[in-house]
Amino acid sequence: MISIVILTAVLVFISLIVDQRKTIKGIQKGLKQFLKILPTLLSVIIIISIALHFVSSEVLMHYLGENAGWAAYVSAALIGSIALLPGFIAYPVAGILVKSGVGYAVIAVFITTLMMVGVLTIPIEAKYFGMKTTLLRNVLSFCGAILVGAVMAFIYYLI
Amino acid sequence: MKTILKKYKFDFPVIIAFAVFTAGSFYFHFHTGIQIFEDNFWMFLKEMILVLPVMFILIGLFDVWIPKEKVQKHIGEASGIKGILLVMLLAFIQAGPLYAAFPVAYLLWKKGCSPANVFIYLSAFTTAKIPMITFEIGFLGLKFSLLRILITIPVFVLVGIIMGKYFKRNNCKINEA
Repeated sequence: MISIVILTAVLVFISLIVDQRKTIKGIQKGLKQFLKILPTLLSVIIIISIALHFVSSEVLMHYLGENAGWAAYVSAALIGSIALLPGFIAYPVAGILVKSGVGYAVIAVFITTLMMVGVLTIPIEAKYFGMKTTLLRNVLSFCGAILVGAVMAFIYYLI
Repeated sequence: MKTILKKYKFDFPVIIAFAVFTAGSFYFHFHTGIQIFEDNFWMFLKEMILVLPVMFILIGLFDVWIPKEKVQKHIGEASGIKGILLVMLLAFIQAGPLYAAFPVAYLLWKKGCSPANVFIYLSAFTTAKIPMITFEIGFLGLKFSLLRILITIPVFVLVGIIMGKYFKRNNCKINEA
């Protein structure tokens, strides 16, 4: 996080030396885009914050850990698609689940859907890509995640 | 003013309601409300307020300095495997949540990146950002992490190509938001 701030500062500095007007135009362009998406971003993080309150680590472990067989995959895929967990929550939970006996394939489905499918961020994505493209990308990514899980299951079955 | 209100017709009510709810929670010592604000909302806001403006400045600089022909040549329609590898590399070294990748996707597309590569970029971004991978290896092990990434890459390249075809056939475009 700090590194990207420093990198940007250095680049802005170099850019200013080479061409002041161009630099200011670029910064203005960037910040204008930021302000445009800000209200949507805020409302999405509000909704995520409220949702996250009800989906605590314990709740996740309850749903992912207690089911077995196909039900485990389905709940992993559904929870992963809807939840928008930051990595520093998702990975520790996944680590505990593995220790308590949940299969790696189920964890792979959970992690992959968590990252590639974002039901809660659809409003943001749709602002850029339009609703149809957004839905298609999420559905395809969902199927892709299931496929990844199936291949992982097969490999872990072999080794 | 009216167009702005219309554009954010879902967002402003949510923001206002949440502001009122949070203020009320603090006033009446409503524990759940305070928790939602302090533990969750504040955490996301900190992540966003610091990283996103910086990222948008980078995007703006990229926009004015990098000519379209360069982007087109390296990651455009005729860039092939090399283009795919380049967008993947670009995605892997980035940090931040998925919604931080959308403005970059817009810029790449505007500058002549092929639609398939834009979608490959998005998926690669979600799959294997280097800062996240170190975290993943720590909790789930190197074997799991490597296997997952190796299996996911062909899957998302395929998703990217399908999305690219759909995108072109329907004359879709990416908006500035």
